[in-house]
Amino acid sequence: MNFLDVLLAGATLGGLYGLVAMGLTLQYGVARIMNLSYGEFLIAPAFLTYVLVSQFGLSPLWVLVLAIPLGFAVQWLVYQLLLTPLVRRTGAGPALEVDSILATFGLLFVVQGAMLVVFGGNYYSYEYLSVPIHVLGSTVAANRLLVLVVAVLVGGGLYALLTRTRMGTVVRAVSVAPRFAQLVGINVRQTSALAFGMGGALVAVSGVLVSMFLPFSASMGTMFAMKALIVVIMGGVGNLMGCLMAGLLLGFAETLVASFVDPGLTLAVNFGLFLLVLLFRPTGLFGKAAR
Amino acid sequence: MHADTKRFWLKHAAVAAMVACGLPLAQAQDAPKSVRIGWAIAKTGPNAGGTATTVTPNYEMWVKEINAAGGLMLKAYGKRVPIEVVEYDDRSSSEEAVRATERLMTQDKVDFVLPPWGTANNLAVGPTYEKHKYPLLAVNSVTDKAPDLVKRWKHAFFFLGTGTQYAEALVSYLEEAKKAGKIGDKIAMVNIADGFGVELANAARKAAAKHGFTLVYDKSYPIGTQDMTPILNEVKGKGADTFIAFSYPPDTFLITDQSKVLGLNPKVMFLGVGSQFPMYKQKFGASAEGIMGPGGVDFDSPAIKDYFQRHVASSKQEPDRFASTVQYAALQVLQQAIEKVGKIDRAAVTNEIRTGSFDTILGPVKLENQLFNNLWWVGQWQNGEFYGVAPSAKKGAKPALLPKPAWKN
Repeated sequence: MNFLDVLLAGATLGGLYGLVAMGLTLQYGVARIMNLSYGEFLIAPAFLTYVLVSQFGLSPLWVLVLAIPLGFAVQWLVYQLLLTPLVRRTGAGPALEVDSILATFGLLFVVQGAMLVVFGGNYYSYEYLSVPIHVLGSTVAANRLLVLVVAVLVGGGLYALLTRTRMGTVVRAVSVAPRFAQLVGINVRQTSALAFGMGGALVAVSGVLVSMFLPFSASMGTMFAMKALIVVIMGGVGNLMGCLMAGLLLGFAETLVASFVDPGLTLAVNFGLFLLVLLFRPTGLFGKAAR
Repeated sequence: MHADTKRFWLKHAAVAAMVACGLPLAQAQDAPKSVRIGWAIAKTGPNAGGTATTVTPNYEMWVKEINAAGGLMLKAYGKRVPIEVVEYDDRSSSEEAVRATERLMTQDKVDFVLPPWGTANNLAVGPTYEKHKYPLLAVNSVTDKAPDLVKRWKHAFFFLGTGTQYAEALVSYLEEAKKAGKIGDKIAMVNIADGFGVELANAARKAAAKHGFTLVYDKSYPIGTQDMTPILNEVKGKGADTFIAFSYPPDTFLITDQSKVLGLNPKVMFLGVGSQFPMYKQKFGASAEGIMGPGGVDFDSPAIKDYFQRHVASSKQEPDRFASTVQYAALQVLQQAIEKVGKIDRAAVTNEIRTGSFDTILGPVKLENQLFNNLWWVGQWQNGEFYGVAPSAKKGAKPALLPKPAWKN
């Protein structure tokens, strides 16, 4: 296996991990909501894509465009309807994390149950852009390359948005010091809702992309949520670039081990890396010291 | 006091009169209102996909059809009794499966329990069935331990064979192909690090050594692997004519998809669970041509054709071409065993399953030492259908297509 094969496979897998986790890092980092139903909101757009593609012959790329406002709206509503009462009651204090974990854990079963009723437990999959692209003698699937491109674009774009615009500064202010942000006239709750919605848009985009190349079923959400959580914590909570980097790191580590040592050890390497980061940089690779 | 004594004598006189008239006691009692059948299966979790494809549609169709006919014929009461279902979700967890099974038997007091999907969970619930003396019709379970287990578990019946039987059938076929000069002696093999994958890989390793094959690649991968590129690139470089993957449905899809993209097209490609699913045919279409997997179906059989039509009508989806037909046949065995006994007598029904002969969609079914052995071990997609190819002597076997044709787009 040549080095370029490893590089491409690692980058596409890592891009996937990074992309899937970016929405969670926004939701957790800014809105302080540990969204356990995150994986279900990744699978739901995958099902939507499947229906639109197989029943209406729509291109998944159009669904990708549709997913951005739809994902935003759904999660924004979840925040306003389900989570705002919790935020109010807890005064956004430490109790919010516990309460939101329980609330979103419940939401997980509601969304998963609804998908099971509609689609059953079966696996779904369709063909899109499953064509080889040759890069300097190495081969990669077009749909996986698309994930990497989107991950880098979204990661870069959001990073620019957060660091170069006024809105971004507001979001960062809420992320860093939610209690003090309101002293300078920031509406913390609306900013949190905005960040939560943006996380929703991101997870919807990942769902559409994932449906292009991975078979999925109504019960698969948790698996994605767990992976995303690892990436988020490794990257430093609320840090978009950290998220992408941690995702890529995991992708490369898995691919390297699978190629040169043993594919049976990928999971072990995953958790080994996670453990190392927790031991030596408990706030994550790019995390700031404890707030 | 006087009235009580009178009633006592009247009651006994009535019973005495009935016995004198020769009325069978069973009819004197009321027939049960329903036959209670319970199941704890994976509606959620990693096993839900396999369960929804192979188990649930068959369980539901079986109950629906029997109830539409008025119920199970219990001849001891001379009437048909409908089935009542008690259902739990085992959430794909062995602990939960055991707990729910125990509950079905002790709290809900159902008459029979139908098992979950998957080798691990069937083995997990085995002791509970044995403890409460319920017959276990383990269909979606492939283990080399089956012949030993049935010695301890007198109530367990295994319908899907052992890993060795699949591996032996596959490698024997490969040996024939090798002798005919169609393939070389190199095999590349991967397996999922879970019950089914480990069992079959162990068996295949032994079979390969026995039949003079060299394993040039032999690795496992964990559940939830989302990229097979490293494995497939490695396999590509090994120059093996045969690629075997003992995989589960999501990885079976992934391996097919990525092999196609990476241009891995060995002469023989044998994949695990999922390669026989209707979704596989739908997704890969003409590209599925020549792909092999465990199972297979004799599509020339009218009983099978009829079963396929009823299955589609009942659940709006086709059955899979591996365990579905066996799953339904096992339910037919249970139904006929109950009807032959004619009442709810679990010991008698279990004994009937052990010794009786049953007429099913697979033809006559008779268990040998609590095991069903008349199975398709290797099947292959040919012109849009997954035919049984090995054992080649079995009625309805198709000659295998070798080499596997190139991927289509």
